[in-house]
Parts: sequence; C-alpha cells; structure tokens
Amino acid sequence: MHELWQLFRSFFRIGMFTLGGGYAMLPLIQNEVVDKRQWVDNKEFIELLALAQTSPGPMAVNAAVFVGYKRKSIVGSLVATLGITLPSFLIILIIAMYLVGFRENHYVESFFKGIRPAVVALIAAPLYSLGKAIKISWFGIVLAGSVATAIAFGGISPAIMVVAIALLGLAIGIIQKKRKAG
Amino acid sequence: MQLYFELFISFFKIGLFGFGGGYAMLPLIRHEVAGAPHCWLSMVDFTDIVAISQITPGPVAINMATYVGYVVSGNIFGSILTTVGVCLPPLIIMLLIAKFYLKFRKNQYIEMAFSTLRPGILGLIAAAALSLMNVHNFVDKASLAIFAAVFVACLCRIHPIKLIIVSGIAGLLLY
Repeated sequence: MHELWQLFRSFFRIGMFTLGGGYAMLPLIQNEVVDKRQWVDNKEFIELLALAQTSPGPMAVNAAVFVGYKRKSIVGSLVATLGITLPSFLIILIIAMYLVGFRENHYVESFFKGIRPAVVALIAAPLYSLGKAIKISWFGIVLAGSVATAIAFGGISPAIMVVAIALLGLAIGIIQKKRKAG
Repeated sequence: MQLYFELFISFFKIGLFGFGGGYAMLPLIRHEVAGAPHCWLSMVDFTDIVAISQITPGPVAINMATYVGYVVSGNIFGSILTTVGVCLPPLIIMLLIAKFYLKFRKNQYIEMAFSTLRPGILGLIAAAALSLMNVHNFVDKASLAIFAAVFVACLCRIHPIKLIIVSGIAGLLLY
C-alpha cells in the first residue's frame, strides 16, 4: 500500500512540474524514479525510454506504465498513470472553465520567457550522466550524434529511428556471433 | 450521446497512432480535432491551445484531450472521456511491452538490439534539445545565460523543480 501511494505521489509530482511534455519531462522523471526512489537504475531508464518510443502515446504515460508495472504489476501501472495525468487534467480544466485569457497576462509571459531556455538545458544536461551510466563507447557517441542529426535536421520520425537502431544492433550482434563461431 | 462517442473515438485514435510523444503527436491531433469531419476547433483555437499546453505542466496530448473534451461537450464528463481515451491505448500497449521485456530481457537477441538502442536513445534526447534551440525559446542573451546556468546547475545535481522556479523568477525580473 505504501509503495502504491509513493508511485502515485512521484508521478503526480512529475506531471505537476514538467512543461512541454516529451523529453522535457525527462530530467524530472530521472530524478524521481532513478535518483530518489531507485525504482529503476540508469541503464534500465534508458531501456525504458527506448521501449517508450516503440509504444504510441505520451512518453511520460509510457514511463509511468512501465515503472508502475515493474514495481506493483497492473495496479501499479494504473496508479502511476493516474498520478501523471491528474495534474494536467485539473489545471487544463480550470483554464478551460475560467481562465481563457491568462496567456496574455504580462507576468505569466515573463515567467515563461525565463523558463523556456531552462527547459532546453534540463533536457540536454542528463545526456552526460546517462552516457556515463551506459559506459558509452566511441562508436556509441558517433551513433548518437548521427541519430540526433538525422532527427533534428533530417526530419526522420523517432519511432522509425528506434526500429532502425534496434535492427542495426541485431545485425552487428549476429555478425559478431557468426565470426566467433566461424 | 453520439458526440461523446465521437470524442472518445477521436482521442483513442490519437493515443493509438501518436508515436513519438510530445510535439510529434501534434499533426495527428490537429487532423482529428480541427479537420474534417469534426472541425471541433478552428485553427486559431488550435494554435492557442498548443500555446496553453506549452505553458502548463504535463504531456501535451493530455492537455489537448482535457481542453477539447471540455470545450466541445461543455462539461467535465466530456473531458474525462477524452483524457481516458488518449491514455488507454498507450496503457494497454506499454503494459504488454513491459511484461514482454521483463520476461525476455536476458535473451541474447534483445540484448543485441539494446546494445545500439542505449546510445541511440541519447541521440534522440539530443535531437529534442537541438530542435528546441530556436528563436521562440531563446529570445535574447539573457536566455543563453539562463540556459548555461541551468545546464551547469543540473550537472551539479540541483533539483529540476528548483531550477524551473528560479528561472521563472529570473524571467519575471528580466522581462
């Protein structure tokens, strides 16, 4: 019971304090589930991101389902999903009901002008700790660089990219295995 | 009654086919809510709600679902339906993936695929950061200073929530 409550609270916090969705939510998810709760380690966290890419829907929901399932089976994933959804649901509902013009408010706009570059830094910074966690090789760095370029500047879909990278890994693995055998 | 059904189905479709998460889902959402046959929102409404999603917490698809559900049906029940609809497909599919993965993670072929996926995902994250380095997020030199300060502070393991709040206050003082 205690861990279910913790799952709900952690994912509620993630849903409450992340702007922009997608990878903008990554540093906070990492902070909660890897650093603070140690529900998954850094290596599993990266694998979870790869799996989340192959499933449709918001990445944060996929992350919640995975971590919830790993800790407390199906009930855990339901609780974590509810936790991540509830803050957006409540906040947007209030805006839709009462505050349609709040975006034009000068102070709101200034506040968010400060936050936007910070969000970009928060996405970029975990690359260092994650790279260290998986003991990234030179080949890995080149691969990551090519993937980043292809997606950011080539307009290739991340979902297709993930499938291609997985196939590349399989091909390399099978060739190495054959070499050893032969 | 039919309206509620259509709302649910539209957002179920968005949840089912919205690969990539975040802004990658926007074209599909636009097609469902601002395109034929529904035309629930005008393009101006749609752009507005994208902006609202950017400055409110949580996944963009959930924000969009809650907002459209409420505005179109005029009550909370509509927004509950759309939000559940958009969450249901990823919930079911990710449950199956998690189950499969936790069972077969030691399989040698799964391990081969993950040997390139682990560095590859870092590339995906870098791409997300690169695509956000635009004039919309970086309006002047102060933006660059905030970026650099937060980057260093994050490496020093200062909590992201604190960094977000401090950056927001910096924005209030600067602009």
